[in-house]
Amino acid sequence: MSMMLHRFANPTRFLRIATVVQPWMAGLTIVVGGAGLYLGLFNSPADYQQGESVRMMYVHVPASWMALFVYTGMAVSAAIGLIWKHPLADLMAKSSAPIGACFTFLALFTGALWGKPMWGAWWVWDARLTSMLVLFFLYLGYMALINAFDDPSRGVRASSILLLVGVVNVPIIKFSVEWWNTLHQPASVMKLGGPSIDAAMLWPLLLMAIAYTTYYIWVLLIRVRGEIIANRVRVLRLKQVHS
Amino acid sequence: MNGFITIVRRDLRLAQRQGMDYIMVVMFFVIAVVLFPFGVGPEPNILARIAAGVIWVAALLSSLLSLERLFQADYEDGSLELLVLSPVTLEIAVLAKITAHWVTTGLPLIIAAPLLGVLLNMPAEGFPMLILALALGTPSLSLIGAVGAGLILGSRRGGVLLALLILPLYIPVLIFGVSTVDAVIGGFESKAQLLILAGFLLAALPLCPWAAAAAVRQSVE
Repeated sequence: MSMMLHRFANPTRFLRIATVVQPWMAGLTIVVGGAGLYLGLFNSPADYQQGESVRMMYVHVPASWMALFVYTGMAVSAAIGLIWKHPLADLMAKSSAPIGACFTFLALFTGALWGKPMWGAWWVWDARLTSMLVLFFLYLGYMALINAFDDPSRGVRASSILLLVGVVNVPIIKFSVEWWNTLHQPASVMKLGGPSIDAAMLWPLLLMAIAYTTYYIWVLLIRVRGEIIANRVRVLRLKQVHS
Repeated sequence: MNGFITIVRRDLRLAQRQGMDYIMVVMFFVIAVVLFPFGVGPEPNILARIAAGVIWVAALLSSLLSLERLFQADYEDGSLELLVLSPVTLEIAVLAKITAHWVTTGLPLIIAAPLLGVLLNMPAEGFPMLILALALGTPSLSLIGAVGAGLILGSRRGGVLLALLILPLYIPVLIFGVSTVDAVIGGFESKAQLLILAGFLLAALPLCPWAAAAAVRQSVE
């Protein structure tokens, strides 16, 4: 495990792999996302209760999944960064934060748009919505903390600890619909006993989930490359000043 | 254990000698609550309905206000580094500082809360529960806040940052703290909420000093 981490923690090797992987991720996002959107918006049945507005699901649900997935991934990276001091793990966490925050915002925003016709309100103070809002604030707090220090490595360490503290919120979000009697509907895909959703709706949803994931990897690779290059520029500038 | 008591006594003595600093937190608490009757209007029914929530939110903000200084003064004069180097386990030392913080800010808030309940026309049956809920909740606030106080050491604009980091994590304590009092006023059983508040405290007691000690350690590295 540790050896494997070392292999991929080398920024030069990472850059080489990223250059190869990135166009594939971009292509996959466009193809799978396009297929998922077409199936979801034009070629899937309307819900017997919710009518056409059920199509909001195909953008809302994957965004929520990604919001949680990205946060969990950041927490794992932060732990690796704190324990083994891999600079690349720290960069992964740092570069993921704005993407994750955007996914969270998208989930809240599309949820509001979906909630208005279904529940009659843009926003309700329900356990799932509240815990998701807390997740959004955790992302914002992380981004504020990492940039709050003059010494960038201090910011990375402090915000990594914050990330790990915020992990308590992840299971609360996941199980909020089961622990509390909420307006938000319980899980219908990721649960014991298989998904309780019709295949005609499940397929576009899964395609969209794949597209969101590849989109995340695509943007993440761009951002990490940017960070690595920015670091190199900083080192070169310092050298220039000192010489 | 000896180290724990020594640090608590040191912090309490410092607080006592600085006098006004901790009185100001209570004053802020009182003033923040007193603002609400002006904001929402003095109708007794409305005030009675929101009393528990207002007192809890004000307690949250007062606790936040004093947290910034929890490690800051020691960080600035270098005694925090000595604390890290001392033979006392840092987690214990942090817990001692949190205890002293709660005694100097949490306890006065609990004492002042019933008075504010009277001002807000809170029903009489809510008072014992308000005190009990605050007694269970405010230690959790100090514990969670200590993590944030450790993280912001040496940052720019620490105070505002602390609010951004800590207030979202305060939300669960706030929810159950208020609903404990509201349940009793509404004539319901509130044992479940009290147990959850106690559960938060029991979870925070070992975990938060640990995280806060990690934060303090990386700040003096």
